[in-house]
Amino acid sequence: MTLFKRIAWRLLAGVGVLWCTVTLAFVAFHLIGDDPVVTILGGEDAQPSKEMIALVRKEYGLDRPLSVQYAQYLWRAVHGDLGQSYRLHIPVARAISQQLMPTLSLMFSATLVSVFLAVALALLTAKRAPWIRSFSSGVELVISSAPAFVLGTLLLLAFSFQLNWLPSFGTSGWETIVLPTLALALPIVAVLTQVLRQELEDILELPFIVTARARGLSETRVRLGHALRHALIPLLTLSGFIFASLLGGAVIVETLFSRQGIGRLMVEATGNKDVPMVLGITELSALIYVVVNLIVDLLYAVVDPRVKGAV
Amino acid sequence: MSTLSKENVYLADVPVLVSPDGVVDQFETERASRLGQYLRTLRPGLVLAGLFVFLLSIAAIEPAWFISGDPLDANAREAFAPPSSGHLLGTDEIGRDVLTRVIYGSRSSLLMGLGATAIGLGFGIALGLTAGLGPPVIDGLLMRFVDVLLAFPDLLLALVVITFFGQGTVNAILAVGIASVPRYARLVRAQTHLVRGTAYVEAAKTLGIRSSALIWHHVLPNAIKPVLILATIGIGGKIASGASLSFLGFGTLPPAPEWGAMLAVGRDYLENAWWLTAVPGIAITLTVLSVTALGRELLRRSEGKSI
Amino acid sequence: MSTIVLKKDSQKLIGPEVACSRSPQLPPPLIEVENLSVRFGHRDRPVIGGISFTLRRGECLALVGESGSGKSVTSRTLVGLAGPRAEVTANRLRLDGEDLLSIREAAWRKIRGRRIGFVMQDALGSLDPLRTVGREVAEPLLIHGALNRAQREAKVIELLRSVGIPEPELRALQYPHQLSGGLRQRALIASAIACGPELLIADEPTTALDAAVQAQVLLLLESLRNANTAMLIISHDLAVVSRLADRVAVMHQGLIVEQGPIDEVLQNPQHVYTQSLLAAASYVHGGNRRWAPTTMNEVLSNKDEFVINADNVTKTFPNPDGKSRTVVERVSFVLRRKETLGIVGESGSGKTTLMRMILGLEKPDAGAVYLRGNSWTSLSSAAQRSERRRIQVIFQDPFSSFDPRYTVEHVIGEALGVIGISGRKERRQQTIELLRWVRLDASILPRRPIELSGGQRQRVAIARALAPRPEVLVCDEPVSALDVSVQAQILELLEDLKERLGLSCLFISHDLDIVHRISDRVMVMKDGVVVESGDVREIFARPRHEYTRLLLDAIPGLPAKTSRWSAQDSHAESTATKLEQSEGVLEVQL
Repeated sequence: MTLFKRIAWRLLAGVGVLWCTVTLAFVAFHLIGDDPVVTILGGEDAQPSKEMIALVRKEYGLDRPLSVQYAQYLWRAVHGDLGQSYRLHIPVARAISQQLMPTLSLMFSATLVSVFLAVALALLTAKRAPWIRSFSSGVELVISSAPAFVLGTLLLLAFSFQLNWLPSFGTSGWETIVLPTLALALPIVAVLTQVLRQELEDILELPFIVTARARGLSETRVRLGHALRHALIPLLTLSGFIFASLLGGAVIVETLFSRQGIGRLMVEATGNKDVPMVLGITELSALIYVVVNLIVDLLYAVVDPRVKGAV
Repeated sequence: MSTLSKENVYLADVPVLVSPDGVVDQFETERASRLGQYLRTLRPGLVLAGLFVFLLSIAAIEPAWFISGDPLDANAREAFAPPSSGHLLGTDEIGRDVLTRVIYGSRSSLLMGLGATAIGLGFGIALGLTAGLGPPVIDGLLMRFVDVLLAFPDLLLALVVITFFGQGTVNAILAVGIASVPRYARLVRAQTHLVRGTAYVEAAKTLGIRSSALIWHHVLPNAIKPVLILATIGIGGKIASGASLSFLGFGTLPPAPEWGAMLAVGRDYLENAWWLTAVPGIAITLTVLSVTALGRELLRRSEGKSI
Repeated sequence: MSTIVLKKDSQKLIGPEVACSRSPQLPPPLIEVENLSVRFGHRDRPVIGGISFTLRRGECLALVGESGSGKSVTSRTLVGLAGPRAEVTANRLRLDGEDLLSIREAAWRKIRGRRIGFVMQDALGSLDPLRTVGREVAEPLLIHGALNRAQREAKVIELLRSVGIPEPELRALQYPHQLSGGLRQRALIASAIACGPELLIADEPTTALDAAVQAQVLLLLESLRNANTAMLIISHDLAVVSRLADRVAVMHQGLIVEQGPIDEVLQNPQHVYTQSLLAAASYVHGGNRRWAPTTMNEVLSNKDEFVINADNVTKTFPNPDGKSRTVVERVSFVLRRKETLGIVGESGSGKTTLMRMILGLEKPDAGAVYLRGNSWTSLSSAAQRSERRRIQVIFQDPFSSFDPRYTVEHVIGEALGVIGISGRKERRQQTIELLRWVRLDASILPRRPIELSGGQRQRVAIARALAPRPEVLVCDEPVSALDVSVQAQILELLEDLKERLGLSCLFISHDLDIVHRISDRVMVMKDGVVVESGDVREIFARPRHEYTRLLLDAIPGLPAKTSRWSAQDSHAESTATKLEQSEGVLEVQL
């Protein structure tokens, strides 16, 4: 019952986030930046005529009062209509849906790889000999300091151009996703491993671990049976960070590896001042964020019996 | 960038608990080994990081002290020269010296790191304090707003800012700075609330001290200090973000020497000129690494002594 | 009544060994420790510096000492869990004749949980919060036993019942956070005795528990000992030890300074440290009052001198689930001039919220507090500010009550600034004077709180509270975070200052002994309501309310001969019997 209530609240909050995002997008669209009509007609340089401007303004509904426009904007957003791309001259929603799958599969594979690697590394290195610790935390620090595009370039240099193992660009075939996944996952692994190891080390000091040892449990059993589940909690707490790294990283990685996807769409839209496209992708990212948060919230209740009820 | 968000989680959610025993122990061991501790902190890695940041700062102020060449000096005949005694780190596609360009590139990187952090911190502190100290209604509204902004990756926010304000060095700094405002605002607010609820603020309150004095003497210094320390770690992340923007073509534009932009150009020549990407890549990584390492050390020390 | 049940069950549990309990000849020792040393890393001083003791079946040895004396390390060493950095050396370390020094980790694992049960200090943290209680209790059976799943489940229920947990089937499916502190401690003991160990080690088994629950857990341990299990009890509390142990070993700085039968050590302590420990305990837990108590008549004669007057104060907090929870309900009391009023109650009784309202940190939802007859809680915060100096507070944890950036001089200077002492020289002079009152040297002026010991911090906190010349001193568990010997000094200091400065005092504590010691009148709170109040001697001698009686009976005091509250209290003699009776009542309440 309380769990149900909590989910209801979270859903409501999620709707709030989406509503705020759409509103902000609307405000940004109308109040900041250039006159959208001029942009649609190719910018100031194109020197559009007054008649043309009036025509476009009417066509896009930009001549109506702001409140009406806002209501229309909201109404359309609810129905998945995010407007017309300036540059591609197709609906933003269609452009996005065409590019969504490659990005989602990249994000998904990177999530799997990073969580698996981070948990494994943390379990293996927590509370071990000092040199193992300092070595792995040194490597983690270096990797987490390298921006995704540096890491990706170095991976390209090594695996595509020196060793010729994997293709350097493209979206088709499983080989093309290996390097982008690594470039996306490694920085996340570096940060997650640090946090998880710290958490594990704290947990391995706790009384219930000593108690478990005093019952005669082996080290493996202590780590897998007791400590692992506790270490999953910070993993969930960091889901926001993971999500942000994945999406932000996708922008870079897709550009670097010339992959199709939302990230590259975003870069192109930014370069061309394609405002509806940029805002559309932003709204999409809010939607993904809300969904991910909801899932994480449910997972919390699964992992930690204490959170049932209390928020 | 990443480190900050991690710390954010911890600082916001975990109150600092100190058992009476633990503190006494800490005090005793601290006194006994103060010298030892000082010596131990001079680990070689940290010394190198400090030295690197020091040299970087000098290079940013006056790159000509390190190298005599001109970063824009092209010489088509020497294009794609691999590292040699003449060009220690080789030359690029139109024959410019890579070493010179990397050294000159430190200025825009440091500018990006400091400028963006200052912008993010300035607005973040203002927003966070308004929320943390203001009436609950304002607090609620501001924080909902910040929560919404936090839903977006920093890079995405930066790209949105660039879409509206245009490209270029200054706008890139602005974009990275603005994108980090929500995070700092949340951190400052959390700290403010944490400090406001501490026993020492309550103790001062029972003395009858004015709330303005209370905020000025107790809340502000204790709330902002950890934020400043985290911000130093954040400088590294800002440098990386700025380079990312330049790599995408939205920051400092070629032919100006900028590490991210250099790497973007070098990406097209990966097959025949590895140094065009490797050199700026390593420069960025080392810079971020050193700044982060120094910032963490600062954090470690401040946590060990007081907070 | 329930005690009998307990004993029966635990005997069944231990099995046939019970038959040979306490034969006339001494059986061979179960545990032999000779010259055991433990050091960590390359520190020059070992944490344990060569201790020796033996322990037989059915015998209980108590290790007593203050925090940091090495008692917990000793107990961990006995199960091979002193830690990876620990260097353990001994002439002899044997379990039932088997040498423990040379065995490997795998052999240790066969001993842990099966032959030695270990109950950790922190009952709240010693059960995995993400697992059900049943799974935790079953774990040693899973590892060591040959039982199948169904047998294990049955055994868990049996174990839970044997340690006196009501509704064991339900409890086994619950998580630790759903259980009360007492039940958690019992569950922990159940898991430690699951495999019928020959030795049970219990590290501070009752420390984190409320007084009433403490008594129950002690009773449970007692029944186990009677069932021929050898028992090693670690405690800082002589009172706990005196009930359970046959022999006691007093530890100080890693050494056993005195060892012997419990009665001998308590009545005739040889070592100076033991003597000081006993003296401190009897100061805190009883002893003679140093200043003459204000009698009821004296108090009544100047009844117009009410310093604080609380009138039907009520405070409600919203729960996360939307309902509201009344934490303090219609509480009324008066505090007279120069009087000490003790407020007693267990955690969650609402005494802290009441204190915060008196301090003006929280506004009551209904009712009001008056300060010297004038309104206080109903004042605007601006009007309140100028009066705040009249009521000063000493918190339980002095460390967190100081701004970490401030030096001692700064801390007290700030408080002096409130009454307009602003000149630098004058401030310093007065600060030094205040420090002298609390018996601190001026040399600590430039120190920060982190550089002070627990006792020093509390003294500085007292000095700060006295600086603005208050009329009322509110003490919130002022000594419960301190070591026993320091506790005594701080209490003495408080009594002395209170008398010299003519302060009125509200003394909030869960420790009845201390309240009895220091208060004139006492007020007992439970679930936000005052259940009983009146003259302290009268209430302690003749408690009228059931709950007060329970609280009083539950105190694990030293044996009557080493003096409880006072010899002439007819009450003291019957304490022991009442303790048994109260057990039944509590069981019903659970």
